[in-house]
Parts: sequence; C-alpha cells; structure tokens
Amino acid sequence: MLKRVHFIKIMLPLLLVAPQIAVTIIFFMWPAGQALYQSFLIEDAFGLSSEFVWFENFELLFDDEIYLQTFWRTAVFSSLVAVLAMSIALVLAGFAERVIKGAGAYRTLLIWPYAVAPVLAGALWVFMFNPTLGIFPFLLEKINIDWNHYLNGGQAMGLVVAAAAWKQIAYNFLFYLAAMQSIPKSVIEAAAIDGASPMRRFWTITFPLVSPTTFFLLVINIVYAFFDTFGIIHAVTQGGPANATTILVYKVYNDGFVGLDLGGSAAQSVVLMFIVIVMTVVQFRYVEKKVEY
Amino acid sequence: MANIKLDKLTKSYGDTEVLHHIDGQIEHGEFIVIVGPSGCGKSTLLRMVAGLETVTTGEVSIGDKMINDLEPADRDIAMVFQNYALYPHMSVEQNMAYGLKIRKLPKAEIKRRVEEAADILEIRDYLKRKPRQLSGGQRQRVAMGRAIVRDPQVFLFDEPLSNLDAKLRVQMRLEIRKLQRRLGVTSIYVTHDQVEAMTLGDRLMVLNGGYVEQFGTPIEVYEKPASIFVAGFIGSPSMNFVSATAANGVLTLSNGTTLATNTTAAGAVTVGIRPEHLFPNKDGVLKIEVDLPEKLGATTLVHGRISGAETAFTASLNGINAASTADVLSFDAPPEFLHIFDAETGKRIS
Repeated sequence: MLKRVHFIKIMLPLLLVAPQIAVTIIFFMWPAGQALYQSFLIEDAFGLSSEFVWFENFELLFDDEIYLQTFWRTAVFSSLVAVLAMSIALVLAGFAERVIKGAGAYRTLLIWPYAVAPVLAGALWVFMFNPTLGIFPFLLEKINIDWNHYLNGGQAMGLVVAAAAWKQIAYNFLFYLAAMQSIPKSVIEAAAIDGASPMRRFWTITFPLVSPTTFFLLVINIVYAFFDTFGIIHAVTQGGPANATTILVYKVYNDGFVGLDLGGSAAQSVVLMFIVIVMTVVQFRYVEKKVEY
Repeated sequence: MANIKLDKLTKSYGDTEVLHHIDGQIEHGEFIVIVGPSGCGKSTLLRMVAGLETVTTGEVSIGDKMINDLEPADRDIAMVFQNYALYPHMSVEQNMAYGLKIRKLPKAEIKRRVEEAADILEIRDYLKRKPRQLSGGQRQRVAMGRAIVRDPQVFLFDEPLSNLDAKLRVQMRLEIRKLQRRLGVTSIYVTHDQVEAMTLGDRLMVLNGGYVEQFGTPIEVYEKPASIFVAGFIGSPSMNFVSATAANGVLTLSNGTTLATNTTAAGAVTVGIRPEHLFPNKDGVLKIEVDLPEKLGATTLVHGRISGAETAFTASLNGINAASTADVLSFDAPPEFLHIFDAETGKRIS
C-alpha cells in the first residue's frame, strides 16, 4: 500500500487524475446514464413527447418472444464464434511454435486480419459469398450446394460466424503463441522423453498449461462476439434474412434507429450493459484465481 | 546391456562446429560425468544422446544399436533436467506416473512402481502435492523419481544440482551416487562443478571448446592431467603453472630456480604443481613471496608470487599454519608431483 504522506496537498493528485476522470464521465458515465434514463421513457408514435414509465419497457421486452429468441441466437452466435476462433487460433499457434524457418513472416501474416476493420472484413466476405458474383457460391455449386445467404438463415448465420471468427483468430493466436512460448522448453522435452507423441504432449502438457489464457480469451471472445461484431453483421446480412442473424447488439440498433423505439432500444442496451458487468466481474474474479495449476 | 558408444560425434549449428569428433565407450552400469566450463558443449552432447538435438555426423549407440534417428521416446532413457522440468499442473504422483501411463502399463503396476520410487526417495508424503508446493530439494527428488519409475536403460542428468543450495547439493550428490550404485543403471551426468565430477564419476570426460581433453577415472585425471586445461580445471584450489626450460632432467624456471624432474622433456615447457603438493621446508628451492594467507581452518591457503618471477602461486598448508604469516616461504617441489606440459600445445609430456 502507498502511504498517504506521499501527497500532502490534495490538489495535485486531483489535477493529475482529472483528465482520466473527465474522459470517463463524458464518454462513459454520461451516455450510460442517458441510456438508463431513456430506458424508463416511452415515446409517442410521432416522437413528439415522452412519458416516464418506470420498468414498462423492460416488462415489454421480456414478454417479447422475438427478444427472447434473439437472446438465444446471441448465445449460439457467440459460442460458435468463440469456439471457432479459439480452436483455430490454438491449432495455428501450436504449429507456429514448431516452425523454425520463416517464423517471423508466418506470425506477422497471421496477425494481419486483426488490423482489418470489422466492416471491411464483412465486405470481403460479402464479395466472396455473394450468391451471384462470389467465388465460393460458384465453387459450392460444383458440389451441389446451393448457396444463398440472402434466403437461407442457416447459411447467413454460418457466414457471419465465419467472418467474425476469422477476424478474431489473429488476436487469439497472439495470446496463445505468447502463452506457449512461456512454457519452459524442458517441460515439453521431458514429456518427449517420457514417450509422449507430439499430439499427446499438446493435449496433456501444452493445453493444460495455457488454460489461464484459454479462460481469459473465452471472456474476451464472448464480449467481442456480443458487441464488436455489429459492423460485420451490418455489412454482411443486416440481421437478416428474417432476423436469422439479429443478435442483441444488432437489435438494439435496429429497434432504436430503424424502428425508432428509443425506450425499448435503451432498455435493451441496459440489459447488455448488465451482461457486460457480469462478464467483467466473472473475469476479474476467476481469471487469476480459479484457473491455476 | 546398456553400453553407450559415441563414435566421431560432431555437432554443427550452420557453419559453426560446436562439438568435434567426440569418441567414447561407456560400459554397462558405469557412471560417466561430462565436465567442463560453460559453453564447452557438454549439455549439447548429453542432449544428443537424449535425442533432443540432432547428430550432425558420427554415431550414438545404446546397447550396440545405432540410435541417431530414434525419437527420444524410443531410446529408453530418462533425463533429469537442471530446472527439474516437472509438469506444473500435475501432482507428484501424476508426474511420476505420466511416462508409465503413456506406455500403457496396468494401473496396479504403475501404482506399485510410483510408490516404490517414492519410498526410495522418501517423498511418499508429498505424492498428492503439486510441484509448486515443494521445496527445491523435494522437486529434485520428484524429478529423480520420474526418471527411476521408468526403469530405463540409461539415466541422463543435466546439471541437476546446480539450483540447490550448497548443503543440499552435497547431500543430493551422495544420494544420486548411492541410487545409481543400487540400480546399476548406466548414467551420464553433466556438470561444471569439478567437485561433483570427482565424487560422482566412475570416469570423467573433460570437455573444453567442443573437444574431449581427457577421458579417464577421477584419479587419472587428477594425477595425470592430459593438458594444461584439465590440470587447471580439476582440483581445488587450481594447479599453479610456471613456464620453464627443460634440459637433461633439470627444469629452469624463469627466475633461475632449478627443479629436478624425472622426465626427458626438453625445451620450453610449462610446469604445473598443485597447491597441496608444495611441502614447506626451510631449505626448499621454491621461494614464494606471500601476499595473502587464507585460513580455512583445516587448511591454510597461501597466495603469493614466486620470488623473482611475477607468477601467481598458491600453496595449501595443513592446519592453521603459523608460517603463513611470514613474508617469504620456501617449499620443496618433489619431481613426482610435477606436471610438465608442452609450452606450445599445452599437452602433457610423458
């Protein structure tokens, strides 16, 4: 613990933290407060007046079949994105660890996708999978798969999952690689001498030893899939077809800015805020304590 | 029979050859210590036997079977690492059982072997603990346990004691020796500590700069060091060296002192004499100007210079010797204790 005597006057320390506090208040606390306040209001159909209704927006929300479906869809979407992005990254990192020649180039290339903006990533995938122009539908047709994510909800979901996961692989890869490199080489060598095959070494030694990273990434990836995939979904499917790819964060946008139900949209963002708070608590609580060896 | 044969073994990284034509024949049950300063290639040599480094040229054989291209797993060896390399997420028991499980031994057999090893090493009480809950000495024992449960043909030790404190090191050194005697498993032990080397090894392989300087029993290495390097490396405190000219059984040191020798060496030589082989004698020919006496209790080390030649010299005297306070001491240097090396090549003469 720092001792209080470090600062005798209170002004200097306040001045020093003031910019950070100002940023937090203006860009985080105030909008969050506004959202909370909005969520207690219902606007009339013409947007001319609003009424304070306490929790009515929330009651409507949780009675809404479509919203509950969106919840479920978001859970499926995030788990798919997290599992896909993490497992591919794990495998790639496992291989990258073994690469000796050109390791630098290989690693740098694998990190590139992370620098691609979500909307651009979405645009890339849209072009590749465009049912009339794209290269993949053309190839898929040869094995008798009729690709049209504008009509087929399952295919649309698959596409946004793939696009979202693809972008996150780079990030996960970096963390896994760092975690693997921090495992003492001699531990792996000891396992090799003990007779474990490379595959077995990976699953019985490397994988358990990177488990703190796995847990950390799990939280990060779920948060990513919940919130940062908006750009991808907006560019690829706009939540369609028939809401098949509308996840919570997309519904917030859609209901608020397309449907102009500001109160309902605000209530949804408050729910999302609550989810983030829970996830953050879980992360802080368990990341450093639970997963240890 | 687990005899090991190293046949003209070399190791190169790119164009740099770090080990040069290493030859050696290790008999079944022998305890070989590879000793040398850091960077001499001793760990690399061990890792080549383990299969963790590839062999550039030459052959390694265990039990008359060439194993150059065999995976470490297929060599039937066990290795104890400097940092122990225990699996941090497994209990002591799981650590020891890991290799046996992979070999698909029956559960009961695994349990029996682990417990037997735990009894030998007195770690029975810690079987359920994780490595991080153990002290350095206990971890060391677990690492040994993991090696012995496998019942391998060969033990490889890579500086296993260097992370322990001095007292524990002496104790574990004895235990390793006893254990190896008891199990009779061919062992190769790498260390930079010459005391460990002398006490543990049936034979020592002294390595320097990727070359084998000498391969022999500790006594041979001590009594007949093959080169200046070996002479200076083995023995504590280090051997004293002084340049001299040899002719007709007489060595003339640079300050004019003459010593008798029973070799036929001639020309420029380097004379080596161990501190413990300098015998104080009022009429001794070798005069040393004392700089600093170090009283260690059982012995007193006298650091000084040969009179007339600014060559540093150390003598070891028995007990807390009063004479060590004198300014100049005289010593006898009997011919049988003189080591004569070629001044140019550093090799032993006769």
